[in-house]
Amino acid sequence: MAEWFAMNGHGLYIWGSFGMAAIFMIAEPILVRNSHRTLRARMSRMIRMNAGSE
Amino acid sequence: MAINWFKYSSPATFYPLAGRLAVWFGIASVLLLVVGLYMSFFVAPTDYKQGEGYRIIYIHVPAAWMSMFIYFVMACWAAAGIIWRTRLSSMMALALAPTGAMFTFIALWTGSLWGKPMWGTWWVWDARIVSELILLFLFIGFMALNSAIDDARRAARASGVLAIVGIINLPIIYYSVQWWNTLHQGATIKFSTQGVQSEMSEIMLYSMLVMTFACWFYTIAVVMTRVRRIILEREGNSTWVKEMLQEER
Amino acid sequence: MFGALKTVILRDLTLAMRHRSDVLTTLFFFIIVVSLFPLGVGPEPEQLRAMAAGVVWVAALLATMLSLGRLFSDDYADGTLEQLVLAPQPLSLIVLGKVIAHWMVAGLPLVIMAPLLGLQFGLSGDALIALMISLLLGTPALSLIGAIGAGLTLGVRGGGVLVSILVLPLYIPVLIFGAGAVESVSAGMGAEGHFALMGAILIMALLLAPWGAAAALRISVE
Repeated sequence: MAEWFAMNGHGLYIWGSFGMAAIFMIAEPILVRNSHRTLRARMSRMIRMNAGSE
Repeated sequence: MAINWFKYSSPATFYPLAGRLAVWFGIASVLLLVVGLYMSFFVAPTDYKQGEGYRIIYIHVPAAWMSMFIYFVMACWAAAGIIWRTRLSSMMALALAPTGAMFTFIALWTGSLWGKPMWGTWWVWDARIVSELILLFLFIGFMALNSAIDDARRAARASGVLAIVGIINLPIIYYSVQWWNTLHQGATIKFSTQGVQSEMSEIMLYSMLVMTFACWFYTIAVVMTRVRRIILEREGNSTWVKEMLQEER
Repeated sequence: MFGALKTVILRDLTLAMRHRSDVLTTLFFFIIVVSLFPLGVGPEPEQLRAMAAGVVWVAALLATMLSLGRLFSDDYADGTLEQLVLAPQPLSLIVLGKVIAHWMVAGLPLVIMAPLLGLQFGLSGDALIALMISLLLGTPALSLIGAIGAGLTLGVRGGGVLVSILVLPLYIPVLIFGAGAVESVSAGMGAEGHFALMGAILIMALLLAPWGAAAALRISVE
């Protein structure tokens, strides 16, 4: 297993590449999803507040 | 089978559709990624010349392809937004830019990590690398212009003009950089991907294609979610948004 | 139609002559940037000769880019630009006139000054001529392409820095062929090919850029 991860001495480069790509490709969807949800929640809260005041 | 595509060009009908598309393409992308990574690491054989390090191409090449493809698609949406003044087109262009910039960065990063073991240097002023770097600048310029203008409609149209100017310039930039590179062939580092591609076994090509489709579906999923947020931002005061948010309570 | 072009050029030149210090500032910026390089890199004549073309060209790029802010901003501030957009003459023609005037004020002095700076870097006579011709062909293209960026960033906060991000990547082909022309003359080869390519870029910019800049101005003024 450790031998496989070492990738014949190229482990640093391979895992550096795939690791950075993984960080970005995991973080981006989460961030985008969260910001969409936050915005949506805030907007429906505003609507409820306005409805309550009327 | 005549589908009325224009029905979906209104943000009100597109918003729920985008939500469904995001889910399906997200699932498809994860499945393809799993298959693609398995193929890249366990099925594809070790390259006899470059050892295990060559496996970086399974993320590098798809990222580089996607970066160029996304810029092209972005410019098309921007042009559509200017020609037909459809709000949704400009929103799509805006939603594509950050993901495009991300893939450009990944392509540069992985290219650099490929260069160190293969050529012994982190960075080469090679035509393709320089073009990719310039592509990153173009993405950043597009996003910077968009965020600098407060009025959303003006921002969309101004950055649309910029994207079109960029796409006209891109081939000129590419050829000038390539030509510049042949003029300055100081350090003779041959691009070995060329050799890989010509003698690439079928399994390598397939793994690369699977990874490319995974990245493509990933892009669609992310962009659909981002465009939903932009729609909410821009159309916050319209009645359909209010009705939709009221219903879900 | 050409009457309008001439009027715009003369008007802008007159305005520029009233603010002569603006013109000189661009020129001095160009000279200072070029003079900084030997101080940073060291005075070895061989090394300086090798990098002369690139240094002069990069400085020309930066100087042109800095002067872009003045292209439309005064007219935008006092409302003249809105009148120009509404004028019966095609806006792209008016933009072309303004760009020509801008080049005569900001670009032409660089072309005239460049051989002197080239001498400081020890360029040969042939290379100096090549440097001048390349700048003569290249700087108008820089002004034309820059006009699009200037139009897009009009009245935008942080416009000065923003315009550099937008415009500098588009300047790369001009830089490559411009500096390449001088280098190939220094290396004993002709530079006709470079000049032909730069001419092609200039013609393309002449055809497309006024139109793009006019579209940008319409968006900004609207």
